[in-house]
Amino acid sequence: MTPEPAPDVIPAFAPDGPGADALLQVDDLRVSFPVAAGRIDVVRGISFTLDRERLGIVGESGSGKSMTGRAILRLVSAPGRVSAGRLRFDGIDLQALPERGMRRLRGARLSMIMQDSTFSLHPIMSVGRQIDESLAIHESLSRRERKRRVRAMLEAVRIDDPDRVAKLYPHQISGGMGQRVMIAMMLIARPDLLIADEPTSALDVSVQASVLQLIDDLVTERGMGLILISHDLSLVSRFCDRILVMNRGEIVESCRAAELHRAVHPYTRGLLAAVPRLHETRDTLPVLERDAREPT
Amino acid sequence: MSGRRAWLLDQSPASRAQANAGRAYRLIAALLSNPLAVFGALIVLLLILSAAFAPWIAPESPVGQDLARRLLPPSGAHWMGTDELGRDIFSRVVHGARITLTIVALVAVISAPLGLVIGAVSGYFGGWVDRVLMGVTDMFLSLPKLILALAFVAALGPGIENAIIAIAITAWPPYARIARAETLTFRSAEFISAMRLLGASHTRIIVHHVLPLCTSSLIVRATLDMAGIILTAAGLGFLGLGAQPPSPEWGAMISRGRAFILDQWWVATMPGFAIILVSLGFCLLGDGLRDVLDPKHGDDA
Repeated sequence: MTPEPAPDVIPAFAPDGPGADALLQVDDLRVSFPVAAGRIDVVRGISFTLDRERLGIVGESGSGKSMTGRAILRLVSAPGRVSAGRLRFDGIDLQALPERGMRRLRGARLSMIMQDSTFSLHPIMSVGRQIDESLAIHESLSRRERKRRVRAMLEAVRIDDPDRVAKLYPHQISGGMGQRVMIAMMLIARPDLLIADEPTSALDVSVQASVLQLIDDLVTERGMGLILISHDLSLVSRFCDRILVMNRGEIVESCRAAELHRAVHPYTRGLLAAVPRLHETRDTLPVLERDAREPT
Repeated sequence: MSGRRAWLLDQSPASRAQANAGRAYRLIAALLSNPLAVFGALIVLLLILSAAFAPWIAPESPVGQDLARRLLPPSGAHWMGTDELGRDIFSRVVHGARITLTIVALVAVISAPLGLVIGAVSGYFGGWVDRVLMGVTDMFLSLPKLILALAFVAALGPGIENAIIAIAITAWPPYARIARAETLTFRSAEFISAMRLLGASHTRIIVHHVLPLCTSSLIVRATLDMAGIILTAAGLGFLGLGAQPPSPEWGAMISRGRAFILDQWWVATMPGFAIILVSLGFCLLGDGLRDVLDPKHGDDA
């Protein structure tokens, strides 16, 4: 019917191959949701590994990018179901871990930045207290020490006058500032892996650049692994070391960011072709062919 | 005066203190612009003051008997007359404010948090937890409050402490309903997911993140409910299951005065007035608070 997504573009990582000691190993990850006619897979058996590097996952809406992120954190709520051949984080089998152990990992070693800070920050809790929550959950520090850490973290995300901002409530700060607070909240416990789910989609371009720069600095400084989930192909190719292109719940392309222009999969080519250029020579901007896809 | 008012209402406050003062001023002004709410607040204030200073306000002891002057009509010496044992009714009503306030406060302190927690847990988890907890809530709601309280007091034994427990047991279901409804509106909100992916436990999310969001509507509801609590307490007292004689509980006083209602009307009527007045006060204040605190009702704020 339709061209099978070529799995042999870039060899999939062998489960016990070179990636076995990687920070994160994902093997045959599936996420399914029930529909009237049975269960439908929204993530269909994807595999990748991640070291302390920047990995970008791109794809259009509904391609399963965010579900992949949530599945790694085991935050796909019922009736969604996750299965994987292997889901290992730093040698820990995430699937076998009880919920309590998972909770200890979340926020402390595995973090996720949510899309829109306006909805992701508690409306009646001051910014400082929310950042402090992570410390309160995972570390037993004195009040003074926690306060110092919160202050240092706010400074790290380049907020001037952190003492004042810490006392503000989410509705009193701007979107860009909210996103920084969100980042501070997710990074204060110094995680090893950060999943950023479209961290800048709700921001305008200039703020976007500074927030990304900030994430980049923190990743480089602390040696974290980063998964950047985005629909913005050019942003991801500029920002990340490696790129996975997802379509319909499958990885259709996996390549180094610098080599993106050499991508061979028709879907990736289609995505690339649909990006407008500054000095456009084409008469019409190609639109991604969606009809050619496999029917569900 | 006008200078200070302009400073308070300044649209672009120069300092945080000014902004906060201005907000408080607007809130109070909104409350004051509602004369009924002010009236209610004054009544509640009067209740609190008379409870606090009862021994100084009351001209006589609430339990001091003097059979020589029993059943005297209201006069300059005895503003509300005397009862069948020659006790000054005014003094008893003033001292009764203490009992009423105690009952109201304790019931609110017990039942509101209880309902809050049950409702929040129910709404947060959903599923069978929700069904079980709301089933229990519905069972309590299906019975009239006073009847249920009566049954509990009968089981626990008469007395003011047991009356408080019984009323608290019957008063929590509406709070649970409210807290559940509020929780449902934000249980799947992003900020709750954010907390989950920070690794917070369910207990922590409920206590630190869900409960604070439910409290404001609960406070208004509790204020509105206080009239009902007072009436239930008076009802229990009237039936002899609340505060026991000789304590000057208003319901019990009406019950004693019932025997003389046709000839010595004041014995039953005066504490009755007190009950009506205080219930009315709480109702009016609650209404006023709801109008001021609820952003959906307010036009400016």
